[in-house]
Amino acid sequence: MNNALQINDVSRRYGSIAALTDFSLDLPTGQITALVGPDGAGKTTLMRLICNLIDMDKGEILIGGRNMSDRFDEIKPELGYMPQVFSLYPDLSVEENLRFYAGIFDVYGEAFEKRAEELYRFSNLKPFRGRRAQALSGGMKQKLALSCALMHDPKFLFLDEPTTGVDPLSRRQFWEILLNLRNEGVTILVSTPYMDEVARADRACFIFGGKKLAEGTPDELRHLFEGRLYYLDVEPASTLVEKLNNIEGITARRFGAGLHLSIDRDDDIEHYRAGIERLGLDFNAINPIEADLEDCFIQLMERLS
Amino acid sequence: MNNAVEVVNLTRRFGDFTAVDNISLTVAKGEIFGFLGANGAGKTTAIRMLCGLLMPTSGNGRVAGCDIIKESERIKSRIGYMSQKFSLYGDLTGRENMDFYGAAYGMSRKEVKQRRDELAARLHLEDILDRQPVSLPIGWRQRLALAVSLLHRPEIIFLDEPTGGVDPVFRRKFWSILYDLAEEGVTVFVTTHYMDEAEYCGRISIMHCGKIVELGKPFDLIAKYKAPNLETMFIDLIDSRGGECAKD
Repeated sequence: MNNALQINDVSRRYGSIAALTDFSLDLPTGQITALVGPDGAGKTTLMRLICNLIDMDKGEILIGGRNMSDRFDEIKPELGYMPQVFSLYPDLSVEENLRFYAGIFDVYGEAFEKRAEELYRFSNLKPFRGRRAQALSGGMKQKLALSCALMHDPKFLFLDEPTTGVDPLSRRQFWEILLNLRNEGVTILVSTPYMDEVARADRACFIFGGKKLAEGTPDELRHLFEGRLYYLDVEPASTLVEKLNNIEGITARRFGAGLHLSIDRDDDIEHYRAGIERLGLDFNAINPIEADLEDCFIQLMERLS
Repeated sequence: MNNAVEVVNLTRRFGDFTAVDNISLTVAKGEIFGFLGANGAGKTTAIRMLCGLLMPTSGNGRVAGCDIIKESERIKSRIGYMSQKFSLYGDLTGRENMDFYGAAYGMSRKEVKQRRDELAARLHLEDILDRQPVSLPIGWRQRLALAVSLLHRPEIIFLDEPTGGVDPVFRRKFWSILYDLAEEGVTVFVTTHYMDEAEYCGRISIMHCGKIVELGKPFDLIAKYKAPNLETMFIDLIDSRGGECAKD
């Protein structure tokens, strides 16, 4: 596998807080890697380190085999970064924002016009080119921020929670754009709290407390779930959850309008028939289900904490 | 009356722009109601009318037993409100924030203290009560904001994207708290962009360009649109209506 970007044993502290500890991750060329972790896990620190916005305490980052710290001036034009906080000028128009970011990367004149057209084509922002950035909807703002990060045609794209607070349709459109960029060979690292987005990525890395919990393709990660999972279609009253949890060997938690039960992998749900039926529940209403990425992520996190 | 929200033909215009277009809605006491829609569909404007913060151009109704037009001040003492954006004073501690909001709701010091301790225990906030919200992860901040919105024992709470940017573990715990509240009879009126959370709601409505275009139980809507899940159902529905509503 050709790894475009290698993060080797990187650590970074802020005073007494260890934001990242001995963290390693490889980003394969032309793939989307999703970065998933709770608030404070170290996601933003990682993005900032890669973009050389802050210094690392130890470790190294190689981009196309080149050491990032030593040869940053050469590497910088290849990187595009979209920070979590809306980074555009609210009182400049869509086009003025594009022009401003183009100027930073020395994209002028005809080159600008050509690139702006390309970016409008995928963002569908052309009809709104004269509108001030602050008057755009949430989804459009994020598309504009992405366009600005892409102005200089970077080979690597780092996106820090670009779709948080964005509605499902706009999120879907945003990801269509990311998938197109990926197909054109751009290497992408994107952090997200949405597991459906993780499922669309090529690879994902779970991060917690500044350390890597797990990484792999979405399918590989799904299979890390230990145990068997069942859905019980019943009103999830708190007293019922408590009673089920009192049965040795069963873990019960609310899930939507019903309950999730989990047992050990080598166990059999039949063992619990009597206990479950004693609570007045219909044993036939219990159906085995596949663990999803979120179940897996939560289990990995709980095992650590 | 057993309904927490009962509004008929609510409309709100801003100049030529109709932000909310003739919506009618009934939410039962103790229900968890998901109020969904694309960005810019009019959800926040509708919620502001239900909370007595904005007068409708036309239409009427009752929230928490109060007339939304004639008793808009009284509504505020009977509801709780929390949003992803508005929140607590970042440089007051959690405890100070609760004292401040308790006083703003006209509660006595003794009442505030009692209720604060009760909510802190229930939402497991004991360890963070003396920290400033700015120093806390979003998940904890949101839980603290929920506690503040519950101080004055509201009959109904309006939560505007309460879990935006919150990680899955915290989101599940947050929803577990919402279920407990609903079991006790508190009505939960919530907006979210997470479709897995929307599936947790008893009923949902979907807004598009100011109108409520669907209303029902999540699984019934999924079945009606023959979709594999709510996310696909939502996208298909909004897409078939021309996508995001641009104000132009």
